[in-house]
Amino acid sequence: MKLIYGKSVPGRRGVRPVGSDVPTKAEIRKNLLREEPAALPEVSELDVVRHFTELSRRNFGVDTGFYPLGSCTMKYNPKVTERIAHYPGFAYLHPLLPQLPGGETMVQGALAVLHRMDLLLREICGMAAFTMQPLAGAHGELTGVMIIAAYHKARGNRKTTILIPDSAHGTNPASAAIAGYGVRTIASDADGVMDATALREALHDGVAGVMLTCPNTLGLFNPRIKQIADLVHGVDGLMYYDGANLNALLGKCRPGDVGFDIVHVNLHKTFGTPHGGGGPGAGPVGVVERLVEFLPTSVVCERDDGSYYLDYARPHSIGYVAPFYGNFAVVLRAYAYILMLGREGLLRVAENAVLNANYVLAKLRERYDVAVDRVCKHECVLSASRQEKAGVRAIDIAKALIDRGFHPPTVYFPLTVPESMMIEPTETESKETLDAFIAAMLEIADLAEKDPESLKACPRTTPVGRLDETRAARKPDLAYLL
Amino acid sequence: MPFVANTEAQQQEMLEAIGVKRLDDLFADIPPELRCNGLDVPAGISEQQVRDELAALADHNTTGLVSFLGGGLYDHFIPAAVDALVYRSEFYTAYTPYQPEISQGTLQAIYEYQSAICRLTDMEVANASLYDGGTAVYEAIMMAMRVTGRNRVIVDDSVSPIYRKMVGSYTRNLGIELLETQSAEGLPDRKALAEAINDATAAVIVQTPNFFGCIDDVSDLADLAHEHGALLIVSSYPIALGLLKPPGQMGADIVVGEGQSLGMPISFGGPYLGFMATRRKHVRKMPGRVVGRTVDTQGREGFVLTLQAREQHIRREKATSNICTNEGLCALTAVAYLSLLGKHGLRDLAQTCADKADYARHRLLQVPGVTMRFPNRWYFNEFVLNLPMAADKVIRGLFTRGIAAGFPLGRYWPEMNNCLLIALTEKRTKQDIDFLAHTLEVIL
Repeated sequence: MKLIYGKSVPGRRGVRPVGSDVPTKAEIRKNLLREEPAALPEVSELDVVRHFTELSRRNFGVDTGFYPLGSCTMKYNPKVTERIAHYPGFAYLHPLLPQLPGGETMVQGALAVLHRMDLLLREICGMAAFTMQPLAGAHGELTGVMIIAAYHKARGNRKTTILIPDSAHGTNPASAAIAGYGVRTIASDADGVMDATALREALHDGVAGVMLTCPNTLGLFNPRIKQIADLVHGVDGLMYYDGANLNALLGKCRPGDVGFDIVHVNLHKTFGTPHGGGGPGAGPVGVVERLVEFLPTSVVCERDDGSYYLDYARPHSIGYVAPFYGNFAVVLRAYAYILMLGREGLLRVAENAVLNANYVLAKLRERYDVAVDRVCKHECVLSASRQEKAGVRAIDIAKALIDRGFHPPTVYFPLTVPESMMIEPTETESKETLDAFIAAMLEIADLAEKDPESLKACPRTTPVGRLDETRAARKPDLAYLL
Repeated sequence: MPFVANTEAQQQEMLEAIGVKRLDDLFADIPPELRCNGLDVPAGISEQQVRDELAALADHNTTGLVSFLGGGLYDHFIPAAVDALVYRSEFYTAYTPYQPEISQGTLQAIYEYQSAICRLTDMEVANASLYDGGTAVYEAIMMAMRVTGRNRVIVDDSVSPIYRKMVGSYTRNLGIELLETQSAEGLPDRKALAEAINDATAAVIVQTPNFFGCIDDVSDLADLAHEHGALLIVSSYPIALGLLKPPGQMGADIVVGEGQSLGMPISFGGPYLGFMATRRKHVRKMPGRVVGRTVDTQGREGFVLTLQAREQHIRREKATSNICTNEGLCALTAVAYLSLLGKHGLRDLAQTCADKADYARHRLLQVPGVTMRFPNRWYFNEFVLNLPMAADKVIRGLFTRGIAAGFPLGRYWPEMNNCLLIALTEKRTKQDIDFLAHTLEVIL
């Protein structure tokens, strides 16, 4: 499909911006001005609308079909939250307004949203306080590690290392490293969870903390989690909870009760805000009481009279991690979502997410290898190692699923499982959808035995086939320039 | 229950297939002492109730002020077609395009976005976006340190104080030598920068138009940085680039900025869009997702995420950044906005903003006691006034008449207590400006 630049016709205009209604014309010294207008497309409004509509038809979202992308929690995004995010009282509110003298009274509704969301997340996660500032999950991790560093600095601890399991998301070691820590990887045990013995051997006084996802990326709850937390606390280390998989535990188990000190929550996963084709998300961070003083500036607080204010006088804070108060419009959507679900609804989320994952596992475990064959939580990890013997790899199964109308699972992650396929159905999917997916997976398993070559040619139904990624990386063409 | 599809009968059927009796059996791996018995959260409400409840909260916010607030985030008009396109659910309910065959929409749009950013900044490559303008400055600093192998960084204090605070937080434990130079009369002080820079310096960071609204030709600073083997990082404002000389033509090595003005509502702090562009030779040191053009098995053109060997999911603790997602939907918004305005529309819009600011200066300077804080400078849409009394007091007074007059610089520069930063966009009319001037006259 042509680029928008290829549709450009000299002299054609799109949206007409409002003209000047003032009698003067700005004069700016010539050497500060551009010689030529920026080479943006010259297209009509209809050209643009057709172009991006056509592009949207080459995309697959949750609204298009089943999207069991493991670790990403691609649940349905309620339409009502989009409406709410566009309320003018929120959408047109300037974030500097409360920083003006007398401005705080003008943003009380927005501060109420931030504060009430803080209270809800405290209860859901068992934490003492949350910041809404982190702008994504990985940004929450970085914020969390900065809090770990601030804690140890205040205690006079000399800490150098963060321990991370081998099954962790890549963002965990990356976040620890860019915050200045060394990273040591801890192996998983035969049950697929962090090996308590390996952890004990790796623990020393220089360990600043442990970053864990629970349930982990194999979809497994670590039954020895409390023991791990006790060990880590024994060297004055902190327990970091990567909330990517919180959907499995809502109302069933709270990270704070298990011994975690810091958590981040991916609002775009657990609380149903749209993933946007890769952002924007939001990654609020919660901490236990002894870490509250380190939370980023500012903090939304409530006065006795029920009004809200922004507290900037926080001498031990790690400082600003976002320009303002976080991805407010994302927090707002998630707040509306939690209000709709309520106490009962949150519990049903976890139960049905786990039910759906176990159902898929139960129906597929005969025909595909399973990473660890026991009750899983919100996702299950299969392996195509059996099919690989016939030359069919996880990527081929993924592409065959595309031809059958499904978004593939996450493939080749976690790294600890060969030919892995990580399936996260989410609670919003029905049994009928799961059955259709299961039927497709079984049919593909048959084909892998009988006609493996046919799978190599998938996908056949898409506007483009498998793309040459090596060429893309070797000769990067990253922009269309004149 | 909202958003859960399976009926109780279906749940039973599924439990049987799994081979357990009750839903709770699926949670038997969580030790009983770690279980939580219900949450103290209010009961759920209906869609209608949630709309009413949040509409009531939205009403607790004051909108409808005649606002001259900017400071890096601007109230520009958003054409209806932008939202109509961005809120096609094939775009907004998708995730990171890991499966390119069913993600060509997102991928091509991001490639077109990267191209638009390059064309606007006159740079060679751009990434798929970062969180916001402040994290973009921080990521640019980290990138410059990787490129140069050095860890000394100079930031001029005419760069947004919010960005500088963010950089300060992020780099606190990293052993980075972070120097701040003091600007002189609204622009980076050439002498101070020449004294601060040395052969251990990784980068010099400036902004144009800067936080005071002053425009600068930073070509000499690019030369200065390059003489010392350092990079010049320029933070900019994309609407202004419709009119102003692009940083790429002034020798910038990395250009970053806040892209909110490109079709995104101001939304009380986010989501926003951090953009980043650089020279081709630095592309493998650049953080964040990048989309590249390639071909499929039949030679058809298509787009993929590329250069992933830099990224956290491959490189883990050795990655160029911990960033995972970008602000994909915001990048889509930006490219839809820029396409709708087009080559001439963006220039005309930028000129209109500059004209309104020019008129506002003329008009406000007629108010007795009001002067320009930095006379003899060139401006785009924002400028600093000296008032005959504390800016805080003036702001309070104007609030009572329904005006958000601007930002008091005393908040970040104590010596500038009487200074007010005023921003104009195409949405402010001559009548608004006259009203501000008139009301100011009454108050002073």
